[in-house]
Amino acid sequence: MPILQPIGRTFLIFLATAGRLSLFAANGLSHSVRPPIYMRLITRQMIDIGYYSLPVDGSTAIFTGMVLALQSYTGFARFAAESAIPNVVVVSITRELGPVLAGLMVAGRVGAAMAAEIGTMRVTEQIDALDTLATNPFKYLVAPRLIAGITTLPLLVFVADIIGVFGGYVVSIYKLGFNPSIYLKNTIDFVEVEDVASGLVKAAVFGFLITLMGCYHGYNSKGGAQGVGAATTNAVVSASILILCFNYFITEMFFAR
Amino acid sequence: MSPRTNGAAQKIQIRGLHKSFGPKVVLDGLDLDVAVGESVVVIGGSGTGKSVLLKCILGLLTPDSGSIKIDGEEVVGLGSRDRDRVLRKFGMLFQNAALFDSLPVWENVAFGLIQGEGMDRTDAKKVAIEKLAAVGMTAEVGELSPAELSGGMRKRVGLARAIATAPEIIFFDEPTTGLDPIMGDVINDLIVKCVQELGATTLSITHDMASARKIAHRVAMLYDGKIIWAGPVANIDGSGNDYVDQFIHGRAEGPIQMQVRAD
Repeated sequence: MPILQPIGRTFLIFLATAGRLSLFAANGLSHSVRPPIYMRLITRQMIDIGYYSLPVDGSTAIFTGMVLALQSYTGFARFAAESAIPNVVVVSITRELGPVLAGLMVAGRVGAAMAAEIGTMRVTEQIDALDTLATNPFKYLVAPRLIAGITTLPLLVFVADIIGVFGGYVVSIYKLGFNPSIYLKNTIDFVEVEDVASGLVKAAVFGFLITLMGCYHGYNSKGGAQGVGAATTNAVVSASILILCFNYFITEMFFAR
Repeated sequence: MSPRTNGAAQKIQIRGLHKSFGPKVVLDGLDLDVAVGESVVVIGGSGTGKSVLLKCILGLLTPDSGSIKIDGEEVVGLGSRDRDRVLRKFGMLFQNAALFDSLPVWENVAFGLIQGEGMDRTDAKKVAIEKLAAVGMTAEVGELSPAELSGGMRKRVGLARAIATAPEIIFFDEPTTGLDPIMGDVINDLIVKCVQELGATTLSITHDMASARKIAHRVAMLYDGKIIWAGPVANIDGSGNDYVDQFIHGRAEGPIQMQVRAD
């Protein structure tokens, strides 16, 4: 049946890509835990992913917290439930908005840069040069990025959580007229360790997905500048979709009881 | 350049090498020997598989079939640890030098010493500066980024990186492509000088006959996936092979028909 052929072909391509990606991830993770570990490269990647993402991450978090407080107020006022705003802000930020928005921002900033850098190294034979210098490209290029992504994203999200809650606090106190002490007490009393921990676990998974997609698409790019451009786009799009997809499954793992 | 060894043991021995990409057959039963201390230059048109040959020897591509022996050891299908051990015998100058953009020049040169041999960074930097001096570059160049170098300087840095670990075998991929004739000759002289000092075995691929004549002991012509002629560089003008004659004189007419569109 001619109509079934394209469906079958697409399905086979999907399976082949999933297989290649799984092997790539397994190879990268395996090199991440076997010596030699390149601490200098890991540190450099941690600075790139964490420190240089702070302005983007912080501004996203503070405006998200501010909008969240404002929108919650306008909605909750209909039910005379304005006092729940500190609770809504802190839970929304720590469980969902902090990790997801930080993940998407880092995917756009860092995932794209990784794909472009490694893709350029591929098309200019720098990865072949690594091989001929008896240096495994997975160990030198992929493993440090994976380790840095997994360890740095939770730190970044923790900072985003604090800034986001602060954004909600500022709007609630200076615009909506909340009492500062009561707002802070409600926030601290309501938030639980599990709320923050689930967000940090999500961040570690998102960090893995972003760096994996950046490395995978860059490593397999071909065809010169156009290929590097396509790799960059694919890295950001696939990381963003995977972040939203895995966000659901991790949320279900933590809270669907 | 005159050969330093005659009738010596084979450093590289290739037999029946096949490599295809889909329906396109690139290497079709290629045989080639390179003796210890010998400098062999493989010539051939664009797209005839010269780079594929080098990549198969280095393990960057896996041949479909055939045998590649380095110092008598079969390298096709080696595990990653053994492959790393074999690769330590090699140095390579890439066509566009393939310098690492994220590292300064000296660290590019010292890369194999630091990562491959575990040398201390301070000692490796001293060696890198010595190697840069050997290719006519000052220590100040070592602090520059590769992006700040001209094409000729990049080739020289690539050559310094290729010789930094004192390899037994060096590959040169189009060493003079993209350079003006004078800089091309400078690179050729540096290659001859460095290889003689190291006593290395070399395999080069090029289109540039002036370069081939200068750096080769022996020339091999690759056509249609096979070596169709091989002999001492001095015999190339009297090879009696129409394909070689057409190629070395750069004539459009002859048995080699250039493909003007991709199939």
